[in-house]
Amino acid sequence: MATSKGMNGTHTESTPPAGLRGQTVETSHGLADDPDFLDPVGHRPPLILGAPSFHDVTEAVARPLERPPTRAWWACLLASLALLGLLGVSIGWLFWEGIGVWGLNNPVGWAFDITNFVFWVGIGHAGTLISAILFLFRQKWRTSINRAAEAMTLFAVMCALIFPGIHVGRPWVAYWMFPIPNQMGMWPQFRSPLMWDVFAVSIYGSVSLLFWYVGLVPDLATIRDRSKGLRRMIFGAFALGWRSSMRHWQHYEKAYLILAGLATPLVLSVHSIVSMDFATSQLPGWHTTIFPPYFVAGAIFSGFAMVVTLMVIMRKAFGLEHIITMKHFDYMAKIMLLTGMMVGYAYGLEFFIAWFSGSAYEVFTFKNRAFGPYAWAYWTMVSCNVFLPQLFWFKKVRSSLVWLFILSIFVNVGMWFERFVIIVTSLHRDFLPSSWFYFRPSLFDVTTMIGAFGLFFTMFCLFVRFVPIVAAAEVKSVLPQAAAHPNEAPEIEPALPGRTDLLPGGAR
Amino acid sequence: MSFLTGLLRPSLPPGEHFGLLAEFTSPAELYHACEGVRDAGYTRWDAHAPFPVHGLERAMGLRASRLPWVSLLLALGGGITGMGLQGWVSTLAYPLVISGKPFFSWPAFVPVTFELAVLGGALGAVFGMFAMNQLPTLHHPLFNSQAFERASDDGFFLSIESWDPQFNPDRTADLLRRLGAKEVELIASAPRQAPALGGATE
Repeated sequence: MATSKGMNGTHTESTPPAGLRGQTVETSHGLADDPDFLDPVGHRPPLILGAPSFHDVTEAVARPLERPPTRAWWACLLASLALLGLLGVSIGWLFWEGIGVWGLNNPVGWAFDITNFVFWVGIGHAGTLISAILFLFRQKWRTSINRAAEAMTLFAVMCALIFPGIHVGRPWVAYWMFPIPNQMGMWPQFRSPLMWDVFAVSIYGSVSLLFWYVGLVPDLATIRDRSKGLRRMIFGAFALGWRSSMRHWQHYEKAYLILAGLATPLVLSVHSIVSMDFATSQLPGWHTTIFPPYFVAGAIFSGFAMVVTLMVIMRKAFGLEHIITMKHFDYMAKIMLLTGMMVGYAYGLEFFIAWFSGSAYEVFTFKNRAFGPYAWAYWTMVSCNVFLPQLFWFKKVRSSLVWLFILSIFVNVGMWFERFVIIVTSLHRDFLPSSWFYFRPSLFDVTTMIGAFGLFFTMFCLFVRFVPIVAAAEVKSVLPQAAAHPNEAPEIEPALPGRTDLLPGGAR
Repeated sequence: MSFLTGLLRPSLPPGEHFGLLAEFTSPAELYHACEGVRDAGYTRWDAHAPFPVHGLERAMGLRASRLPWVSLLLALGGGITGMGLQGWVSTLAYPLVISGKPFFSWPAFVPVTFELAVLGGALGAVFGMFAMNQLPTLHHPLFNSQAFERASDDGFFLSIESWDPQFNPDRTADLLRRLGAKEVELIASAPRQAPALGGATE
């Protein structure tokens, strides 16, 4: 650990951080074992365990890229590639044969396709929440997980974008969705929420990519500076010649803040617009004003479940237990508990509004949803999303990786069913009983759904192999020794009588 | 705008030497040294740290970034493009009567306008930032220094460029040592060449 060359970054012995009252900061390693040690700035326990030096963080983040791939990684990649192949075959057959290969029928014109679309867009939202909203709220614990969560966002949006593209029936004219001048003199209909969706999701993907790449640049430079030969050239090109300059960091931090400020309303708008695909129609069960906040809460709920699923595996596989700590899981479990209850509230309120509206169609739709032919799907959803997450009230569950992993899988399943329930139960009972029909997924419905997971996990496997999976620069900035400068400390006292020059206004 | 003239200005000092590179042991040392260099009246210099050391821009006496204005400008451009495109399409290029609404039914155009404004603002923030930082700049004299590879790992550096009016190889190096520099290195301008006066001087 402490074998770093020259200097190991924990030079707290030369200058004790101002504001660390009464504590000697002789070696940071000794402090890690002291349960009462508090961060000198926030007066809180440190976020990163084991009191690593700056160099230790670099090593921990760079190691997965620099060591040869493990057998477990190859196994994950090959399994994911197999599923990705399944997706290719399913889409190929769909294009060859037509939408009829799916189980769609006359009232149920949307089913697995749009369920998958909404599911994947929702998964992505936790990444943006972590990278943008928690950044604005100064939640420093986000630094350990934001890189991987943002990557998850990108890959989830890639999966999501497949489905509107392939469900249109004539995919060769999918470009009609974009305002491209064409020889027909034809333009999109901008009053349709489906059109808003095209813009919202594609721009969400683009901004997420920008955000992710900006965050990556300093870490790519770190890898560049550690490597030789071809790897140095490739990482050097992507790092754009970043030289850790403070004059650059100044603009960089501003850019990051602006991106966070823009991504926050963006992510809220994206799932609101997705929900308007339904809410602006006049179908009972869809036509309700609670949809935008309800969808956003559900998106964050499902996204955090996916983050937990991935992080439990990733921290173990790459030995990041000291960076992605149990405290992170505790926070994420609490967010899942909160958002799970928000969707539970929305489920309840939908029934109340159906009754309160006095509309016979609304009342019928919701009775049918809970007790009709799709009751099995409805109660799966409620159990996974409302009942099971209540276990997160218990500290024991929140601090057990096994429980967290199992519950996060249940939430993923439940949130997939939420979209299925909303879409299919509202459609399968049309206004006229003569148009009632039961939707059964075909084989290709199922293979396309599973195949999308193949795309997602293939991308994630490549990500953990070729990109720094933790935002090393950001993690370094939340280490206690990073704050060893004066202006941040809330209560400033000279730690050494002779160093008043470290106080604001000193030695000016 | 001044940031545009900054882009056109040559960014490297002429002459044999790029400047001096001093290494410090901690963020606090670097902070203190930056205050010293700033107060000594240097203007063409920079600090390098593996993460943004908070407050260092004040210690360096940097002005606040103008990036928000670039971002705002492009966000407005994106928003105007969005509303303009939809209005033009709906009134002139391809007018459609939808649910008896007026052709220019602007409330329905707000979502796309908003999304394009966000896209403009994000592009402005990212590419404005790269432009202001003159990135990509794949080659830089600082990369001649072996020690400088640690700037992205755990090293804290201060560089003073040779075209600073105050710059003098000996006196500036003395100042940096007085400010607590662990090592001071003279950096050559020419790429892929050992520093003319040799690496570390204690």
